[in-house]
Amino acid sequence: MIFHSIFFYFFSVIAIFSSLMVITSRSTINSVFFLILDFISVGCLFIMVGAEFLGMILLIVYVGAVAVLFLFVVMMLNVAEQKQSWFIGKKSTHIPTGLIVSVLILLELLVVVGGWKYKEDVMSSSTLILSDISNTHQLGLVMYTDYILYFQLAGIVLLLAMIGAILLTFRERIGVKKQSYINQISRNPSSAVELIDVKSNQGVKIDD
Amino acid sequence: MIEYLQILGQEVYKIAFLLIPILVSVAMIVWLDRRVWGLVQKRRGPNVVGPFGLFQTLADALKYIFKEIIIPASANKVVFILAPIVTMTLALVAWAVIPMSENLVLADINVGVLYLFAVSSLGVYGIIMGGWASNSKYPFLGAIRSAAQMVSYEVSIGIIIINVLLCVGSLNLNDIVLAQKELWYVIPLFPMFVIFFISALAETNRPPFDLPEAEAELVAGYQTEYSGMMYAMFWLGEYANILLMCAMGSILFLGGWLPIMNIYPLNIIPAPLWMILKILFLFLLFALIKAIVPRYRYDQLMRLGWKIFLPFSLIYLVMTASFLFYFDKLPKVNI
Repeated sequence: MIFHSIFFYFFSVIAIFSSLMVITSRSTINSVFFLILDFISVGCLFIMVGAEFLGMILLIVYVGAVAVLFLFVVMMLNVAEQKQSWFIGKKSTHIPTGLIVSVLILLELLVVVGGWKYKEDVMSSSTLILSDISNTHQLGLVMYTDYILYFQLAGIVLLLAMIGAILLTFRERIGVKKQSYINQISRNPSSAVELIDVKSNQGVKIDD
Repeated sequence: MIEYLQILGQEVYKIAFLLIPILVSVAMIVWLDRRVWGLVQKRRGPNVVGPFGLFQTLADALKYIFKEIIIPASANKVVFILAPIVTMTLALVAWAVIPMSENLVLADINVGVLYLFAVSSLGVYGIIMGGWASNSKYPFLGAIRSAAQMVSYEVSIGIIIINVLLCVGSLNLNDIVLAQKELWYVIPLFPMFVIFFISALAETNRPPFDLPEAEAELVAGYQTEYSGMMYAMFWLGEYANILLMCAMGSILFLGGWLPIMNIYPLNIIPAPLWMILKILFLFLLFALIKAIVPRYRYDQLMRLGWKIFLPFSLIYLVMTASFLFYFDKLPKVNI
């Protein structure tokens, strides 16, 4: 058991340290890398408490997809310009907004934890782990029966967000030649090439 | 305490027993790749160092070790050095869950498929880090191309994996292999196997999808600035990833370590040998495709991933699910 707790403290120290580094490191690229490290160590913590499915999904979705997009956005920005000082030097406008948001999140967390503590029929996680079907099966049994409505609603919300993002950034460009694969493949020499007898000193008209 | 150390020692022994064969087989596979490439083009390929040129890769590796590592002055040094390490580590770490036979597996975890998928989706970081940290335009363009390509094709690979999982009812890799005792999934899910194979080519940046290192446009893509051992690590990681994809394909579709038929002369061949044969078969296809198919254009690649593979695999998923549900073939959970 002692090794279990050593591993637990190892991962949690890394998680806390890297989440601190996310907000304090100067270069935004390093912030994203620390965010990735944070995700990975939290995923390891998930796996340690027996929630292997959640841990893996965290790795696949957040580290494998979301953080890649973060990294993209940050790399596209001009990193040299982004090195503005947060704690020293000129006054930053980010800190008040950030403080308000973080205080709100803290309050929300307190409310959630409090409400969960005083609800009576909540199963503790230890009873879930001790049953002999695997974590993934348990999730599936609950998610697709009791919570099917929420599951589907979450899917529809995500779909709407995706369609919205595409619509917002989509603009039709006029005057750009488009390649149609059907047309490219269905061309044949008889329709594409024309043989013309050119009379001297008269030239040929093309594409009228 | 001593007990824990003993366990630790055993694990280290097991890991070494897994890693050394993989590294050796990566070297052999590079030789095979070049050899097949040469034979297709009516050349001989590497045939000088050792018997049949088998030691060519070892000689190359030795050369890389003794070469100087050059770090560009304007590079982000930490990330620049980390990138090849990340690539190679991730490529090797994934092998922990690959079962070579029913018992010969380092970690027989419940969510083996998810683990493989997670690790292969992390593989993109090595490339992005290398491309960005080089602080040069060609590596960066190569990294962006590669990241977009890998993220796109992961989506269809995910859906293909779900197809297989629907038939199996377990995320454990050994269970997936055992579920194919009667019928390999390559037969009922043949279109998915084809799409998986093509997506695996795109996922590992192999020709015809090797746009991240398209030498005519991008010099060498994300590896342009790398030299010496760091380049060799990128290269080892790449080939280990290719082998991993072959292993994944043979587990998901070709019955893993199961023999072709459970009859006398075939079932005395040991299980790991079957697994190796299947991996080699898939790799041979990879090598042949490298030799005979010209490179795709980038927009064609994206179109293929998002507009053809994704809808098709989704439709096939719905069809598989409906078929299993209608004929009451869905795997039962034993609670």
